[in-house]
Amino acid sequence: MYLPEDELQRIDEEERLLKGQYKHHIHVCLGANCLNAHSAQVLSALETEAKARGLEKVCSVTGGGCRGLCVAGPTVTLEPDNVLYGKVQPNDAGDIIASLGGEPVERLNRPTDNPFFMRQQRIVREMEGRLNPERIEDYIAAGGYKSLLKALNEMTPAEVINEITRSGLRGRGGAGYPTGLKWKTVAKARGEHKYVICNGDEGDPGAFMDRSVMDDFPHRLLEGIIIGAYAVGADRGYLYVRAEYPLSVKRLQLAIRQAQKQNLLGNNIAGTAFNFDLQVRVGAGAYVCGEETALIASIEGKRGQPRPRPPYPAESGLWGYPTLINNVETFANIGAIIRNGSAWYASIGTEKSKGTKVFALTGTVSHSGLIEVPMGTTLREIIFDIGGGIPDGRKFKAAQTGGPGGGCIPEQYLDLSVDFESLASVGSMMGSGGLVIMDDRTCMVNVAKYFLEFCKSESCGKCIPCRVGTAHMFDILDKITKGEATLDDLTLLEELCDTVKHTSLCGLGQSAPNPVLSTLRFFRDEYIAHIVDHVCPAGVCEFEKEAVR
Amino acid sequence: MQTSTLVSAEDKRWRLIRATMRRHGFAANALIETLHTVQEAFGYLDEEALRYVAKELRIPLSRVYGVATFYNHFAMKPQGEHHCVVCLGTACYIRGGSRVLEAIEKAAQVKAGETTPDKKLSLLVARCVGLCWLAPVALFDDEVASEATPEEVAQKVGEWVDHVSS
Amino acid sequence: MSVVVTLKINDIDVSGQEDETILDVAREHDIYIPTMCHLDGLSSVGACRLCLVEVKGMNRLVTACTVKVAEGMEVYTETERLKKYRRMLVEMLFSEGNHICSVCVVNGRCELQSMAGRVGVQHITLPYYNPLRTLDTTHERFVIDRNRCILCTRCVRVCDEIEGAHTWDLGGRGIESHVVTDLNTFWGDSPTCTGCSKCVHVCPTGALFEKGRSVTEMTKHREFLPYLTMMREKK
Repeated sequence: MYLPEDELQRIDEEERLLKGQYKHHIHVCLGANCLNAHSAQVLSALETEAKARGLEKVCSVTGGGCRGLCVAGPTVTLEPDNVLYGKVQPNDAGDIIASLGGEPVERLNRPTDNPFFMRQQRIVREMEGRLNPERIEDYIAAGGYKSLLKALNEMTPAEVINEITRSGLRGRGGAGYPTGLKWKTVAKARGEHKYVICNGDEGDPGAFMDRSVMDDFPHRLLEGIIIGAYAVGADRGYLYVRAEYPLSVKRLQLAIRQAQKQNLLGNNIAGTAFNFDLQVRVGAGAYVCGEETALIASIEGKRGQPRPRPPYPAESGLWGYPTLINNVETFANIGAIIRNGSAWYASIGTEKSKGTKVFALTGTVSHSGLIEVPMGTTLREIIFDIGGGIPDGRKFKAAQTGGPGGGCIPEQYLDLSVDFESLASVGSMMGSGGLVIMDDRTCMVNVAKYFLEFCKSESCGKCIPCRVGTAHMFDILDKITKGEATLDDLTLLEELCDTVKHTSLCGLGQSAPNPVLSTLRFFRDEYIAHIVDHVCPAGVCEFEKEAVR
Repeated sequence: MQTSTLVSAEDKRWRLIRATMRRHGFAANALIETLHTVQEAFGYLDEEALRYVAKELRIPLSRVYGVATFYNHFAMKPQGEHHCVVCLGTACYIRGGSRVLEAIEKAAQVKAGETTPDKKLSLLVARCVGLCWLAPVALFDDEVASEATPEEVAQKVGEWVDHVSS
Repeated sequence: MSVVVTLKINDIDVSGQEDETILDVAREHDIYIPTMCHLDGLSSVGACRLCLVEVKGMNRLVTACTVKVAEGMEVYTETERLKKYRRMLVEMLFSEGNHICSVCVVNGRCELQSMAGRVGVQHITLPYYNPLRTLDTTHERFVIDRNRCILCTRCVRVCDEIEGAHTWDLGGRGIESHVVTDLNTFWGDSPTCTGCSKCVHVCPTGALFEKGRSVTEMTKHREFLPYLTMMREKK
């Protein structure tokens, strides 16, 4: 029997040797977004081209992860020159190979010394663009799985939990519950089995942070989950991935097989007494399954309907056993915390919100894509420095955070620090990390209506306020956008918001009124304009005819 | 009883479904995984397959129906030859995704979530396909139409629909 | 061996056992908390939200039917806020279905009807949906009229938990949810229904009723439920 450390060391050395044979490394992004823009064809064109010029021994062409600048996809990264090419087409392969060692191809070149890259701080996405997500060797050579071995060999489960607690890490799924505390509760709970569930049911529109982690860094995620299982004493686990992410499912299943082969999953992991079995479960298209009790029901093969808490899953979760549920991004932070220590992690971010947060920056902003910034970065920095501001000379109007249960933040709060508490203080929330920028052509009533349509059709139907209340709220908003509503309807809308928010069973219903409440708070005049003056200030809503009143 | 004759037929599709159930030890929690396989094999969840799965996994029929109709991903009716998916994620919506959808509904004479009577086209709506910088986005059999305009998509769908009627 | 705890409900000192819910203890002390989906003898699902109460120190309202009592707990069941929410919730139920009391078999004995009176709903301010819902009269003895269904799932639970047939379940989701027999096939053709009538008798409204009953004629008998529960516990 070999020692796992030795095995990792051997793989690491082999990788170095292998990589050292090449003078140039070309990484083609194989993330879902670049694949959609035909990056696989770019990859094979580059391979063919390198071969045709007899350079296959000099330059390696591999799939690499995502650089976050999705707007420029497909992207290609050259190392060691640190050149980034954007919007690469298969027929650019010749020029790219020809330019190796010389000046970069001007028309494709994307500067990386701009704020988009310089202002970010990467923990979850460290090594972005440089790891082939389908090779465990790449991850090991980059120091992967060392944290797991450190935890298993040098730390007790309690020490691991203490380290996570001290780091100040909070759940990245939206609510920001302290991760260490959650782990401790599950560790304390008694059960014949314990489960770990990784929530990869990323369903907020405009959010694809977790998809990128699963697609680009599957082993990083696995390492975090395995450490979590060791810490809480779980022997079984599920990775619940939404059905809309077939690439994530494929790569995670591959990663699990690779980890099993290296004895990093399964029985007697890394030669210790620790056993942990992990499986992927695919969702089937229900937003509410992001709620933990609904997700558990779904893994059990049932309708994804939430149940009242308590009992919390930490005590009684999957099949009644104690269950730890964390989001993808939460688990993706674990390895780095164990490797670099809790003090390092706690030094990043704000007093109450530690570490970094990945955002999917979209909407009317120049640099759409995935970004990772320390907690406490201001919205202004994110939108105007990293995001490059609002295109087409338009004016910023609002930033929508937190998905369908979040809120719209107006210009006056641009200097707000992005952390759990600050976002909540203006009626929004961190959510999972969708950040949609809206310019002055956006009608805020229409935006509220959009989110209510979403909540209405994603409501599971179990509890009355969410099932019926969201439908009524949508109808009133629809009337407002058609110029058919009265001020009495607005009063009723506010009463519905109050009832739905406070009486709904789960987070979906409880947060469904937030888009209405936050737009009413900051853009009430737009509602009034629709109702009283029959005018849509942004010019979005079309009124059937001159309303007769 | 009725099903067994058909099921035992040498049909690869039934073997696939059986393989999924076997992989999960015919446990009741394999229901969603099995329904995924049924849908892959048949293109939708047909009643006979639902009865078969219920029997094999020993799950009440009503529960199988409840699960099959709870999740958006499962279709209870045969789907069209072509698929058009209109993204109505936030970024697409604020950039006119709903007008794109309306144009397609009008051109193909079909509502979102439905299939044309000739089974040539199924029109679907996605919550977010994660291509926000290309908004508004529509997918025509997985081919991405970026910054789609109502005119463009109507023409594209018209090709499929016209092709059928001619 | 259960531990006895003392707590306050509406500032009144009460005691209960640790494994009892707030609702159990309130009822033992004749404190009324409205319920719709709850039924003694069936599992609690916390779906109707009418039994929401305020508990001091908890930032959210909790369902009395699912939350266990604890030492020193201070519960309030009749605050203005709760009363307002209850009215709105009952209004929502009325607006969602097609409830026409004057032609209903349980008129005068309907739990939804009496709940409206109890929580003080005088008229419905929410617009009515008037949904198109189905009626299934294929069973030889019973009828399901989905127009009167409030989705409390008592029929689903009694059929599964007590009768063990699981003929009923919910289909669809959200505002489109509806109760179904088997694969949403006709009740009369059901290979699983035993015809035990438990679902009919636990139904709080006129959605499930016996054939041949005319307006106001249907009385629901639920004595079997505590009896069966008791007999099973003895085994």
